[in-house]
Amino acid sequence: MTAAIRTGEYFITGDVACAEGALAAGCQFFGGYPITPATEIAEHIAERIPDVGGTYIQMEDEIAAIASVLGASWAGVKSMTATSGPGFSLMMENIGLGICTETPCVIVNVQRGGPSTGLPTQGAQSDMMQARWGSHGDYEIIVLAPSSPQEIFYQTITAFNMSEKYRVPVIIMTDEIVGHMSEKVIIPEAKKIKTVSRVIPKGRKDHFKLFKPGPNGVAPMPAAGQGYNVHVTGLTHDEKGYPVMSVEAQAEMMTRLTGKIKKNLDDIIITESYRLDDADIALISYGVSSRTSMTAVDEARRMGIKAGLLRLITIWPFPDDIIRKLAKKVKGFVTVEINLGQIHREVERCAGDKARAVLVGHPGGTIIPPDSVIEKLKEAF
Amino acid sequence: MAFWRIPFDADEIDVSQGTVHFIEERCKGCGYCIAFCPREVLKVSDKFNPKGYHPPMIIKEGECVNCHYCEIICPEFAIFSVEIETDTKESKEKHDGGDTDR
Amino acid sequence: MASVSGKNSQKLDHPLDDLIRTDRIPHIWCSACGIGTVFASCLTAIKGSELDLNNFVMVSGIGCSGRAAGYVKLDSFHTTHGRAIPYATGIKLANKDLNVIVFSGDGDLFAIGGNHFIHAARRNIDMTVICVNNLNYGMTGGQVAATTPYMAKSTTTPSGNPEDPFNLPLMAYASGASYIARWTMLHTRELTETILEALLKKGFSFIEVLSPCPVNYGRRNKEKSFDTMKLYQENTIIKNNADPSELDIDFSRKVILGKFLDVDKPTFSERYEQIYRPEPQ
Repeated sequence: MTAAIRTGEYFITGDVACAEGALAAGCQFFGGYPITPATEIAEHIAERIPDVGGTYIQMEDEIAAIASVLGASWAGVKSMTATSGPGFSLMMENIGLGICTETPCVIVNVQRGGPSTGLPTQGAQSDMMQARWGSHGDYEIIVLAPSSPQEIFYQTITAFNMSEKYRVPVIIMTDEIVGHMSEKVIIPEAKKIKTVSRVIPKGRKDHFKLFKPGPNGVAPMPAAGQGYNVHVTGLTHDEKGYPVMSVEAQAEMMTRLTGKIKKNLDDIIITESYRLDDADIALISYGVSSRTSMTAVDEARRMGIKAGLLRLITIWPFPDDIIRKLAKKVKGFVTVEINLGQIHREVERCAGDKARAVLVGHPGGTIIPPDSVIEKLKEAF
Repeated sequence: MAFWRIPFDADEIDVSQGTVHFIEERCKGCGYCIAFCPREVLKVSDKFNPKGYHPPMIIKEGECVNCHYCEIICPEFAIFSVEIETDTKESKEKHDGGDTDR
Repeated sequence: MASVSGKNSQKLDHPLDDLIRTDRIPHIWCSACGIGTVFASCLTAIKGSELDLNNFVMVSGIGCSGRAAGYVKLDSFHTTHGRAIPYATGIKLANKDLNVIVFSGDGDLFAIGGNHFIHAARRNIDMTVICVNNLNYGMTGGQVAATTPYMAKSTTTPSGNPEDPFNLPLMAYASGASYIARWTMLHTRELTETILEALLKKGFSFIEVLSPCPVNYGRRNKEKSFDTMKLYQENTIIKNNADPSELDIDFSRKVILGKFLDVDKPTFSERYEQIYRPEPQ
């Protein structure tokens, strides 16, 4: 057992499991700001990160928190922050800076009911579109959605690994229910945990191009202080990192930024199928709602309805192809999510005229009971 | 509008000598180097640089005292002075490596 | 490489060319703008420190002064509007060997970024913050700022500014900075010495530098660049250790320049190490 990886079996909350996952992934910096229901992540990191040589700082607001996380990443360490809806809104501009400057980092949103202060202590999944489009401009982003404390532990590691591999901010969209529920979490031995770190450049420093992509579309990333004299700007820039205000430079940069995600969909998109092989109706769900959906599938099968579940672990980039293929096999889709139809619209888009898509949604505050899924199944199909 | 007054013991002091160098294409014609030169060595020239500004020119050869003020007030990195080593030393220009006031 | 003319002309580089990205010069700053002078002063101080150049980091926000990070040949970060200080805080806390300079403008550091300034000063984060104060938002065309004098004209206060400006050194003092000074860009020798001292100083250092914006501020307030210079020359007084509450900028009186505070106190990082990673007894 190392200081970072506390191998063993625990009964802990999703928030604490997230913090442990971050430390296991090698997180060395956490810029925090308290907000229900994400505070426990910051609290647990504040207690644990000194043991692994890292730093916790509580910043003056969420804008400062994400800015400090980006700065720390450029100083060469794995860094993260955690928040909920209102704080997530404040972070949006700097998430864009992170995308534009290809800065690896992890942002956790433990979702609660909104808009505005909304339901601070009760869960929702209503920031899913904000995670995709909340910052200005066009971009691609990686978003994961864990459904249990055990899964949040692993997905936090995956989030760090993807952020380091692709030099992108990665967002974990969990919710109050997963964040605050306590379950058994197994933390494996250190040697069984795979961690990825950014590729450090080699060779000459004088003509180094900070954003010149390597073979996988991602540029190696030096840290401040290593002699590369990097210039990092949120202005549209060329491969050297210099601002260039032209149509061509914008197109080239955007192709690079979106390409590294679009060209690696197979590696990034993770889904899980449950009783889907012979299903007539596919439930699409994620996070805590995928757990109640699983119960609904079992119940529907008992009643003779051939239902199955596609559980989205990666939400963005959206698994268009998987759902398009599925649309040719099934009669219909039921999207189950604690919002008024955010991912549902994506499912509708992918289903096209091949299959009907309906929503079992809820404005937030509690889970979606399996019964309401069953009712919808009976009513719609 | 000279920035410096003439010290009372100016005659007794061994004054250093300098040469002013221009990087004309960087100049934006603000005139600070001309206005604040304590020996009024410079004036606006008639020529245009590629940006359409008139860079300064030397009007009093040999009068520069290498105080570097033109160099450090210039917002454009467009002018600097280099000491001319006199009598006792070789009269070869030597780059001083950016030390502005020592 | 730049051509050089003059008597006995040789192909010589500007003494600061090794610290600037010469392939990006001329810079974007307008004729007679003082930012370039403050920037040059900062670079001279960096050289004068004789510290390892690889350990210097310059962080800027958005605005005219925020472009400085794009011209310095050091690790440099041009961040979001107002957020240079928290970004720099992350850099410093993640690598304590780096010497972090925040170079930005008054609008960036004290309006949109004001909250970050006071908290970084309170925490005594070990960094040097240089604020080029040109009394308005220059890059967006001359709007009123948190530093614009009472009754001064701007595009958004066409009949005069109804607000009072911040006294920046007083704010730094009240927030807990370790080192506070103010100069004008005309006082470039003093400024360079001050920046050098601040770079070598442990803790949060703040230097305010008054600098002309003839195109946007000056034009609307009947102040040509040389009028501003005249104010800097004639209506200023150097008074080290002045009472911070006297440091309002009002050129109808004498504007006070100098070094106002230089105290030693533990930084955030020192205290964090001491409390969270104490040396074994």
